[in-house]
Amino acid sequence: MSNISRDEVAHLAKLARMAVTEEELDTFAGQLDQILDAVAKVGEVAGDDIPPTSHAAALTNVFRTDEVRPGLSQDEALAGAPAAEEGRFRVPRILGEQQ
Amino acid sequence: MTTTAELMDYAEVVERYDPVLGLEVHVELSTDTKMFCGCPNSFGGDPNTHVCPVCLGLPGALPVVNGTAVESAIRIGLALNCDIAEWCRFARKNYFYPDMPKNFQTSQYDEPIAFDGHLDVVLDDGEVVRVDIERAHMEEDTGKSLHVGGATGRIHGAEHSLLDYNRAGVPLIEIVTKPITGMGERAPEVARAYVTALRDLLRAMDVSDVRMDQGSLRCDANVSLMAKGANEFGTRTETKNVNSLRSVERAVRYEMTRHAAILADGGSIKQETRHFQEADGTTAAGRTKETAEDYRYFPEPDLVPIAPTCEWVEQLRATIPELPWQRRKRIQEDWDLTDEELRDLVNTGAIDLVAATVDAGATQADARSWWVQYLNQQATSRETELADLTITPAQVARVIELVGSGELTNKLARQVVDGVLDGDGDPDQVIEKRGLKVVSDDSALLAAVDEALAAQPDVADKIRGGKVQAAGAIVGAVMKATKGQADAARVRELILERVGAA
Repeated sequence: MSNISRDEVAHLAKLARMAVTEEELDTFAGQLDQILDAVAKVGEVAGDDIPPTSHAAALTNVFRTDEVRPGLSQDEALAGAPAAEEGRFRVPRILGEQQ
Repeated sequence: MTTTAELMDYAEVVERYDPVLGLEVHVELSTDTKMFCGCPNSFGGDPNTHVCPVCLGLPGALPVVNGTAVESAIRIGLALNCDIAEWCRFARKNYFYPDMPKNFQTSQYDEPIAFDGHLDVVLDDGEVVRVDIERAHMEEDTGKSLHVGGATGRIHGAEHSLLDYNRAGVPLIEIVTKPITGMGERAPEVARAYVTALRDLLRAMDVSDVRMDQGSLRCDANVSLMAKGANEFGTRTETKNVNSLRSVERAVRYEMTRHAAILADGGSIKQETRHFQEADGTTAAGRTKETAEDYRYFPEPDLVPIAPTCEWVEQLRATIPELPWQRRKRIQEDWDLTDEELRDLVNTGAIDLVAATVDAGATQADARSWWVQYLNQQATSRETELADLTITPAQVARVIELVGSGELTNKLARQVVDGVLDGDGDPDQVIEKRGLKVVSDDSALLAAVDEALAAQPDVADKIRGGKVQAAGAIVGAVMKATKGQADAARVRELILERVGAA
């Protein structure tokens, strides 16, 4: 049985840059518990002979040749940006972190 | 904002502590296109002109892996004596930062394409150190930010930032060493020698431009100290923004002296990212590192696994060229060099350049002389590495050829080389532009000879009287009159002819 704590929900919310209220912390902790329990059931059914699956299609080595294809113009690229300046995307100042 | 850190004297540091290094080198591959889309992979360009829905992370866009980049990754792994994964996947590394428009970086997590290798590194005195390689994995580069406002264009005090995504999605190979221990006082030198060896290797394989100044080769240096006799590694810091080979050595050394002062004072090291400051050789605190868990890695659902067949890997193994250290060994034998001569060539970074110049047609002696002397001086005065000078071995060979054929004097040749270094084009273009050809037109030379003889009749008489060595003064006058653009030997012949002493 999983048991997600309020602190863990708060930490996840921070990583996901989501504002979560105090009440929501409890709600989401309970919901995440249920989701994890449901997923854990799969583990009960799958035997040791079943490898973990990440892809539904049994494909490998799908590659592209190294050839330039047309992309977007600067205007097209910036068309959806809330703010742009000097041909670049303008973003609010970056606080508290350095690259 | 920078507070001066307490530092311990280096000799004391290595007496009391053992350094442990871990080096992460990021290499931008020189493929034609990006890792997961067909946008051009080229340095520079107008901002946001090498972009498409995939590398901008627009909804619904699907990545497709660049096959050539995978081949380069496997070749790099093989050259580093790594095992190649029989099956591996890409993973999403989730974090928010404006230089990454998708809000995750497509990388590899616990299934790198290459792992468990080594690189033998030769130190300045010829000692060989084996650096074990943990892994080499594939990922993509981020965009570039420009911080606006504030005094220095730095992130602190900036009012906002501007993003150019031309570099976002450029294929990147991250090569990670295992902990490098037991190096003692030579740790900083080992770090530089390792990155140098890696750069030479990647250059020989032609998989990357490996320009540290342009960021196509970047090194993050993890440094920790443990007290002599201790068994557990200390807490490490990761120094980024190390943009030259020399800086690698300086950054490691600085962090060692900084850690030691804190530890000796009873303090503890904070695990954090630090930024190397080129100007004063110090480091400044950056962000506290997120843990691997915080990145919530999971297998990339949009890319299927990569499963290189044995045949494919063996085909790629066959394409690996003669590696720099093998080449050096062969060159030493071919050129009959002493260990010391070889080391001088290697330490100035000249050996591969000399070899390439010889391959382009120059004699070994001429090629060595140009690179080790004049060009090495130029590199020093231009504060760059020999290999980063903007002249190619083929261009040097051309200059040597022109000297050999008498079209350039040594003095003119140096001016031609200066022109090439200044960006005026090929040697022939520089000669054309700057009018540097030797005056080989005898009639023009004869006029200058006659003038010089007339100006110094006593010297002319001496020559006539059999004192042939007196011709030197006339040669000098003619060279001066032609601004050094005459072939001194030819001038001498003409003088002797003219006074009838020939």
